[in-house]
Amino acid sequence: MSILVFAEHDNSELKADTLKTVAAAQAIGGDIHLLVAGHNCQAIAEAASKVNGVSKVLVADNAAYEHQLAENVSLLVTELAADYSHIMATALTTGKNFMPRVAALLDVTQISDIIAVESSDTFVRPIYAGNAIATVQSLDSKKVITVRSTGFDAVATDGNAEIIALDKVTDAGISSYVSEQLSVSERPELGAASVIISGGRGMQNGENFKLLDGIADKLGAAIGASRAAVDAGFVPNDMQVGQTGKIVAPDLYIAVGISGAIQHLAGMKDSKVIVAINKDAEAPIFQVADYGLVADLFDALPELESKL
Amino acid sequence: MKVLVPIKRVIDYNVKVRVKADNSNVDLANVKMAINPFCEIAVEEAVRLKEAGIATEVIAVSIGNKSCQEQLRTALALGADRAIQIETDESLDSINVAKLLQKIVEEEQPQLVILGKQSIDSDNNQTGQMLAALTGMSQGTFASAVSIDGDKVNVTREVDSGLQTLALTLPAIVTTDLRLNEPRYASLPNIMKAKRKPLVVKAAADFGIDLTARTNLIKVTPPAERKAGIIVESIDELVEKLKNEAKVIS
Ligand SMILES: Cc1cc2nc3c(=O)[nH]c(=O)nc-3n(C[C@H](O)[C@H](O)[C@H](O)COP(=O)(O)OP(=O)(O)OC[C@H]3O[C@@H](n4cnc5c(N)ncnc54)[C@H](O)[C@@H]3O)c2cc1C
Repeated sequence: MSILVFAEHDNSELKADTLKTVAAAQAIGGDIHLLVAGHNCQAIAEAASKVNGVSKVLVADNAAYEHQLAENVSLLVTELAADYSHIMATALTTGKNFMPRVAALLDVTQISDIIAVESSDTFVRPIYAGNAIATVQSLDSKKVITVRSTGFDAVATDGNAEIIALDKVTDAGISSYVSEQLSVSERPELGAASVIISGGRGMQNGENFKLLDGIADKLGAAIGASRAAVDAGFVPNDMQVGQTGKIVAPDLYIAVGISGAIQHLAGMKDSKVIVAINKDAEAPIFQVADYGLVADLFDALPELESKL
Repeated sequence: MKVLVPIKRVIDYNVKVRVKADNSNVDLANVKMAINPFCEIAVEEAVRLKEAGIATEVIAVSIGNKSCQEQLRTALALGADRAIQIETDESLDSINVAKLLQKIVEEEQPQLVILGKQSIDSDNNQTGQMLAALTGMSQGTFASAVSIDGDKVNVTREVDSGLQTLALTLPAIVTTDLRLNEPRYASLPNIMKAKRKPLVVKAAADFGIDLTARTNLIKVTPPAERKAGIIVESIDELVEKLKNEAKVIS
């Protein structure tokens, strides 16, 4: 078996999630190659060559791949696919965007968001917002798979893979990049943080999210949010944790003013330790919390900050 | 221009699903069903394009047994002009759903197809992208804003790092994210009117597509239960527990 893993990156940094997707590939077993598709991404190729368990790094460095447009990347991956039994990517917005296109071009169905590998054709994935766990066998000849990184432990990075430049350019010419609005933060990314503190509708407004800052500073935490807090415009969309936002599993997750709807729980209930601060003792979040504090968050947060 | 909106009948989002005792699947007997929330957002967006004078006709399509006509009627009540049901009793893999939709795209020639980014039952997040690939269309997934600009559509997408805007050549596929719009409630007169709007039924078997299953569902189990936690009485107690019991802070 040979497995092609798409390296998740933004042309400046190889995302740590890739190390977890490679771990999923190792669980399947076989020769593993990483694909780096981007522009001016030589540094990514170098970083990718250090990923343990990878024998080759294929680099497609071209302006057509700069923004990893689904139309262009899917053509590239589909052309490469002939040599592989499994094509894998991390289930983040880039992989979710282009991978089903690859699957369709190969006439296979995609196995999305796997959290465990049973064998080379059988995988475990959550369905119904994580309220059920399905074991699914793929009957297709080639497997196209996206991997939920919270299901796997990162591989180490002291490897030494061969780097091979690809000169293929696949530009579908039907889509183009216009602009982006990136959230800039000094804090760790939600997917990589070992501590996360999230605020919900109970925070009342965006200004009050500052109450989380001091605590996040002391704990080295990332800051997340519920859908309600994002919808209300308190914080940007990339902070949403949940079934249809980011899936996280840190060592410590602190939910503040979040009721605990199933869609929110779907994104965080695999956290090692969960703390809930809510003034409503009946809030469902307390059913998944290891430590619950029934309190007004406007009293609790300043006190917590001062006592850490 | 015509806008096609594929929709799916799914469990109501407020319902917590249970797994069958024999672990063969989830138990949907007597469970409240509804239009998938992301599909509802897709219908709303199409109807708004029609109200803005950009779309000329909004066609809703659903694949399923007779019960999905209920969701097609919902789409009609929200403002879709006509509906197509592709009848099947099977639960199809996404690739086969996309192939059936491809046939409808070939028949109807829409300039824009708007789908939900994922259905809240199988959580696959793939049908829209697959349809785009099969029809050779461009795609704007996870959309939070859509604007038609001549022969292009600009789509702002919710991505991990923030927002990204793309320009897509029409015809194009858009998949909706939560913040694209807030769907309206269907008014009683519109619900009545929807009953008289055209709804045609076509058999999935008549499309000449091999719909053989690509996956085999081996088992479905409930998720691991978290062990019951405790209520702490004070911040002091919380900090003490996190330090000494859970050992997650120092
Ligand atoms: C298709 C779909 C997808 C969805 N995806 C997601 C998703 O990915 N992520 C997500 O989070 N949600 C998602 N949702 C929304 C979800 O159903 C809930 O609506 C949302 O999670 C609620 O957010 P919340 O807990 O912040 O708000 P609420 O449910 O309004 O809860 C606010 C909480 O704050 C508490 N509170 C208020 N004031 C205070 C105070 N002063 N001190 C302490 N506590 C206080 C209240 O007691 C309450 O429990 C989705 C919904 C749908 C339909």
